[in-house]
Amino acid sequence: MSILIDEKTRVIVQGFTGDKATFHAKEMIAYGTRVVGGVTPGKGGQTHLERPVFDTVKDAVKATGAEASLAFVPPPYAGDALMEAADAGLRLVCIITDGIPAQDMMRVKRYLMRYPRENRTLVVGPNCAGIISAGRAMLGIMPGHIYARGSVGIVSRSGTLGYEAAAQMKTLGIGVTTSVGIGGDPINGSSFLDHLALFDKDPETRAVIMIGEIGGPQEAEASAWIKANMKKPVVGYVAGLTAPKGRRMGHAGAIISAEGDTAAEKADIMRSFGLHVAATAAELGSTVARALAKVA
Amino acid sequence: MDIHEYQAKELLSGFGVPVPRGSVAYSPDQAVFVATELGGWHWAVKAQVHSGGRGKAGGVKLCRTYHEVAAAAKEMLGKRLVTHQTGPEGKVCQRVYVEVAEPFVRELYLGLVLDRKLQRIRVIASGEGGMEIEEVVKKNPDSVRQILVEPAVGMQPFQAREIAFGLGLDLKQVSRAVTAILGSYRAFRDLDATMVEINPLVVTKDSRVLALDAKMSFDDNALFRRPAVAEMRDPSQEDPREAQAGQHGLNYVGLSGDIGCIINGAGLAMATMDMIKYAGGEPANFLDVGGGASPERVAEAFRLVLSDRNVKAILVNIFAGINRCDWIARGVVQAAEGLKVPLVVRLAGTNVEEGNRIIRDSGLPIIGADDLADAANKAVAAARA
Repeated sequence: MSILIDEKTRVIVQGFTGDKATFHAKEMIAYGTRVVGGVTPGKGGQTHLERPVFDTVKDAVKATGAEASLAFVPPPYAGDALMEAADAGLRLVCIITDGIPAQDMMRVKRYLMRYPRENRTLVVGPNCAGIISAGRAMLGIMPGHIYARGSVGIVSRSGTLGYEAAAQMKTLGIGVTTSVGIGGDPINGSSFLDHLALFDKDPETRAVIMIGEIGGPQEAEASAWIKANMKKPVVGYVAGLTAPKGRRMGHAGAIISAEGDTAAEKADIMRSFGLHVAATAAELGSTVARALAKVA
Repeated sequence: MDIHEYQAKELLSGFGVPVPRGSVAYSPDQAVFVATELGGWHWAVKAQVHSGGRGKAGGVKLCRTYHEVAAAAKEMLGKRLVTHQTGPEGKVCQRVYVEVAEPFVRELYLGLVLDRKLQRIRVIASGEGGMEIEEVVKKNPDSVRQILVEPAVGMQPFQAREIAFGLGLDLKQVSRAVTAILGSYRAFRDLDATMVEINPLVVTKDSRVLALDAKMSFDDNALFRRPAVAEMRDPSQEDPREAQAGQHGLNYVGLSGDIGCIINGAGLAMATMDMIKYAGGEPANFLDVGGGASPERVAEAFRLVLSDRNVKAILVNIFAGINRCDWIARGVVQAAEGLKVPLVVRLAGTNVEEGNRIIRDSGLPIIGADDLADAANKAVAAARA
């Protein structure tokens, strides 16, 4: 098992015919992902990467039975693309795009609330590296070879720190069920908490690592939830101990502007809720190994 | 992106928020001219720098004569204003704002922010204007009124009324405060702001409600559709290196340490800086080269990092996903030619073998590192040597 996607998941790519989307769609197909087509408005009826192109997401869903999409849509049109995907009934949309206006994401989140929870589209991202279920399917832009198949879930705001965790774990002989990048923006489609809940229910996942950074209340919220509900051990890490207050550190969401936003405060909160906290990014793998040893 | 007070007032005024009459000036003579045009007997001369706390730092002067206006403008223009928000280097003042000084009887606070947790616009008001809202929330939380705006329909007049009545205003003042609150909300929404702060919002003797100070910040990601706001950018208020970085698709934040960092990914960049600190060193900067970094962009990153005279060693840490290690390595080798400070390089991910081969074959004195901890330790040792 894994969460969100596996080798059977039918996937379309929104913005399919663009250069970057083409490059990464090829990588996804090579990894074993079941890419069944794509959407580029105005190019419906064409064939791209030996797969059909559609004008609308609804057309694509009708013809291919797609249930998930990877969105490679430029920032001005990204909010629209997410709402289109939700309206077409996709179960999951992963959006890689960096630079979407915050108020657009706010409206997208509000739009998703139109649907009852059981039919609601889960948005992963934006500004993320995507999702990979090791050895099964990839909905994103990560280097697939660094993920060994195994029993640990990864959920990370940062793409490259997610890679770092997977690579350190692989060196120690620890594999991954699914790795999810929730993205570095102030308003995410889905939060740590959404994915922790899925990992908790996944029989193959034995432990989870949650990789956070400065800014926002997500890590604290997730930690409280873990203490109250989660049956599996969780390793935590927060980047940005050296980040000065009030300065945006690359990610639109990585800024210390309110109480509880600093890395030190977040790490303390994680500890107080019983997480295994990695002191530095060099100890992501070894901390996971210690957490696993306790459940073995 | 931040803008000046006078620009924020101009924008807010366009959405119906009442502001005192005033105009910007670039010289003492101009300041006096503005004062004569405005008329009246009292003027406030205000240093235009991107910072709060200007009053306490001597950046706001109340003047009673044209002579005082000229003197105040002369004292501010061309000087660096150091406030508790600017850091010790301060920010240069190149414009002053001259406005009619309005006697007031009450100072209120009005702020709008994007609430990340609830993913709504939050409006915060308090009867204790002039103070920082964080202080008020701590000391006197009962005086703070807050409402959340439902994104599907926007802010409703009843919500603004709730705030205004909650601040204890009389009927005439309430309707004027409602205009100011709704106008601020519309400005926030329609201009893609991330923050609007009117502190203080004052009630004058004759019961008018005026924005005496105004601060606005904007969502950088939305500037493409707000050209009028984007034009208000004032590069003199920004770190020149950060501005230069932005032009090359790099993300740079200058810090006070001596180990220059060139890293891909914001999270890995922060984590690497933390590792340097953990190893006993201090990072000189945050720098994210981004995805798809070309050799040219890597070369530009080196130029930026080296423009900081404090840098004693450079650490390059790349975990390539979209990036390719061989590309990065080519850029590193080009930039390392003739480099005068030690360079530590750690590569991982896509095409790592090819990348490491390029570094080795270059024959340059580049210090290789196997992992994150090794890289940080070697960089700290190199900076100390």
